[in-house]
Amino acid sequence: MNLYDLTLHEAHEKILEKEISSKDLLDSVFDRIDKVEDKVNSFITITKEKAYEAANEIDKKIAQGEIVGSLLGIPMAVKDNICTKDVKTTCGSKMLENFIPPYNAEACERLENAGAIMIGKTNMDELGMGSSTENSYYKITKNPWNLDMVPGGSSGGSAAAVAAGEAFYALGTDTGGSIRQPASFCGIVGMKPSYGAVSRYGAMAYASSLEQVGVLTKDVYDCAIILNYLYGYDPKDSTSLNIPHDNFIEGLKKDIKGLKIGIPKEYYGTGIDDEVKDSIKTALKAFESLGACIEETSLAYSEYSLPVYYIIALSEASSNFSRLDGVRYGYKADGYKDLDDMYIKSRSLGLGEEVKNRILLGTHSLIDKNYKTHYDKAIRVRRLIKEDFDKTFQKYDLLIIPAYPTAAFEIGGKVKDEGAMYMGDLCTVPVNVAGVPAMTVPCGYNSNGLPIGMQLVGKHMGEATILRAGYAYENNAGFTRLKPKL
Amino acid sequence: MRYETVIGLEVHVELSTESKAFCSCKNEFGSEVNTNCCPVCLGYPGALPVLNKKVVEYAVKAGLALNCDISLYSKTDRKNYFYPDLPKAYQISQDDMPICKNGFIEIEAGEEIKKIGITRIHIEEDAGKLLHGAGDEDYSLVDFNRAGVPLIEIVSEPDIRSPEEARLYLEKLKSILEYLEISDCKMQEGSLRCDANISLRPVDEEKFGVKSEIKNMNSMKSLERALEFEVKRQTELLLQGEEVAPETRRWDDAKSVTIAMRAKDKTYDYRNFPEADLVPIVLEPEWIKEIKTNLPELPDFKRNRFVNQYGIPKYDASVLTLSKDLSVFFERCAKDYKNPKAVSNWIMGEVLRILKEREQEISDIKFPPEYLRELIDLIDEGLLSSSAAKLVFEEMFNTGKEPKTLLDKLGLKQISDEDAIVELVNEVLANNQESVEAYKNGKSNALKYLVGQAMKISKGKANPKMINSMLLEKLED
Repeated sequence: MNLYDLTLHEAHEKILEKEISSKDLLDSVFDRIDKVEDKVNSFITITKEKAYEAANEIDKKIAQGEIVGSLLGIPMAVKDNICTKDVKTTCGSKMLENFIPPYNAEACERLENAGAIMIGKTNMDELGMGSSTENSYYKITKNPWNLDMVPGGSSGGSAAAVAAGEAFYALGTDTGGSIRQPASFCGIVGMKPSYGAVSRYGAMAYASSLEQVGVLTKDVYDCAIILNYLYGYDPKDSTSLNIPHDNFIEGLKKDIKGLKIGIPKEYYGTGIDDEVKDSIKTALKAFESLGACIEETSLAYSEYSLPVYYIIALSEASSNFSRLDGVRYGYKADGYKDLDDMYIKSRSLGLGEEVKNRILLGTHSLIDKNYKTHYDKAIRVRRLIKEDFDKTFQKYDLLIIPAYPTAAFEIGGKVKDEGAMYMGDLCTVPVNVAGVPAMTVPCGYNSNGLPIGMQLVGKHMGEATILRAGYAYENNAGFTRLKPKL
Repeated sequence: MRYETVIGLEVHVELSTESKAFCSCKNEFGSEVNTNCCPVCLGYPGALPVLNKKVVEYAVKAGLALNCDISLYSKTDRKNYFYPDLPKAYQISQDDMPICKNGFIEIEAGEEIKKIGITRIHIEEDAGKLLHGAGDEDYSLVDFNRAGVPLIEIVSEPDIRSPEEARLYLEKLKSILEYLEISDCKMQEGSLRCDANISLRPVDEEKFGVKSEIKNMNSMKSLERALEFEVKRQTELLLQGEEVAPETRRWDDAKSVTIAMRAKDKTYDYRNFPEADLVPIVLEPEWIKEIKTNLPELPDFKRNRFVNQYGIPKYDASVLTLSKDLSVFFERCAKDYKNPKAVSNWIMGEVLRILKEREQEISDIKFPPEYLRELIDLIDEGLLSSSAAKLVFEEMFNTGKEPKTLLDKLGLKQISDEDAIVELVNEVLANNQESVEAYKNGKSNALKYLVGQAMKISKGKANPKMINSMLLEKLED
């Protein structure tokens, strides 16, 4: 077995036992990157030198017998919309091709303080806008399970890197499914925490009121480890909540007897692939055998989530990304004739088509004559959707829904049919609209050998329940987790 | 046709908090360019604003002092537009739910006390400053030190009926804000900025006329002058049967005219919507009560107290309390003194005259107020004539030294020694026989001349009362 195939907690144990060093892990990971990165294209930037410097420091500490935190010396990757001090952060855009943040995102800061070693910044759809990582200005990331397929998006680079063994885990962001859908496509675990649970400071805001920083890991145990670090109040983010939480790893050990799981029927209708339905059905049986009660339920407002999501997300995006104006940093076009021309040229040439479409749509929803019927209405309907979820969670501890209607689709395949791609969002988007946490867990493979994922959705701040159920399932899933052959 | 003037003012006030509105950068005027900035106030991607609690406290203070309702729940919004001095390409402001509403200010227009309504007060952030290359230098630079500096905007009702009332309103507003110690209120430095909406309508007409918005008025005087110009301009247009164009105009102080900047009919769509990076501002009634309890004494209250406590005329009290510093100065002088009116006269006369002459503020005065009191004591004791006192006072301004010290230094100590006065009077009488004759022939004016001569010879130091009575005594002999 190769070191890069280990999970985070397995690697940690080996470091504790001094069986291996941090440098050994880096050697293995960079060796793997040398072999597969050309095919997969997970990374925009690789920080090999910095990583080895950090590993040397950590190995010295370990040799001196210092306490070894669970992230100490273990290589990880960060989505390229999360600011990393002194390391280029492009957000997948030409606009920020040379942008080097002078500060760390809070999430990075916390992991770094715990000894995590960043090995690079992962590819993504430009500004997070897309669900296939085909919309990156830099490259198209491939699905490690089948290089003709997309890895999902927008955190496609993070998902592919973890699935391909190029990193032990990776940070992502999830505005409308950007962690959970690629995790599903790449056969790994991906958690979108509750709104307000993890600091957004330093994550380039796309839709402020919908998104969270989260993590993509090889298994649920690893997810609990990282979440322990990410979770919790940050005074730099006004939307982060000051609510104490239990140790997520402690919580994993409890059983799930009597856990009430709701199956909202709206998420299993036409368009959901039969193989996906079957995999989830099998998974539900596993849950039942572990003592959980499964019951069909309904989330009637779900169908409104898509228009609500697109109006809110794009409106906020149109404003959030206005700062990419070429004045203080980023791309500035040459040869403009006046101020307006400078803005128009810089943004026209610096931003991609999808981004411009979405900014225009968002702007349209906010102009005076549309505000009442678009944005204002959307935030009112959002409240109804939230209430719908709240009501359902009075009855159930957990909901289970598909992570996506299908397994990964072909590169170039669905892009032509934008409508179909957007419909895929129906599985993931309501969770962001409601602000609740959800985790993708692999639950099988389709006939083409591509991974299928399901989502465990919890109530607001109910991550512990999700992790406990996910962990119990993972250990009793009744199928062997495979690794992509690269 | 006679017209009535209708004016409403929008006043932006920079709050003098230690740090900026949404980050911990220093809020400081005059720092080296681009030294007080950080990822948040530079609008770097990923940076998030956090509302400074002091900003809310200051806005609530202003609201309470201006008789407003304080909103227990308000929120921030984004006002979107592109400009190089606006780092995020939106200004964080408050749109439909301001923190304070429905207040008023009382102004004294002559004998009449008039209420001017305040529609709203809201919190927002300032932008940076553009520095343009001079002459052929074809570039502009941006200084972001001011970006994110907290402001409150105070919007009045269109209750103001003349340029004078507008000035009185702004003076009173400035005075109240200074008392609260929430802003420097320096119009020249831009910490107090005023835009005016002005329109005319026929007397007895209810409907408002077409308004112009006037900008760039950097002093109380220019506010009044700009509005006077605008009244004249609009009146002439209307009398000629022309229409007033809805436009924004800039006051040119040097040329004393307002100049059209842009038409107002093409209103820019700012796409206001809630700021999702911040949470709503929810206030505890207890907290507001605490702020209210701790409000300082405000100008109107202090004015009435001065009238009652010191027995000075209401006019004096109004002048002395308009500026907080001035009122403190007066009170330190007048405390336990038998004749506060004398203090008031000195302050409203000499103190304000010299300050105006030197374009200085009360805070620039080098000597403590108690020195003025000592000066007045010296006059009372007959050690200083009032004309000599003015010389000593001027020197106090220059040096900040004690009046007694200056008195000796300048050799201005009043001559009240009887022998010396007799000698002086004798000299004057001997040298001015003509005037003595004239007086004796009934020309009483001649006495004044003789007193003047005595003062001249003594270089102003002789006690004029003693000279007067001594001369009379000798002449009547």
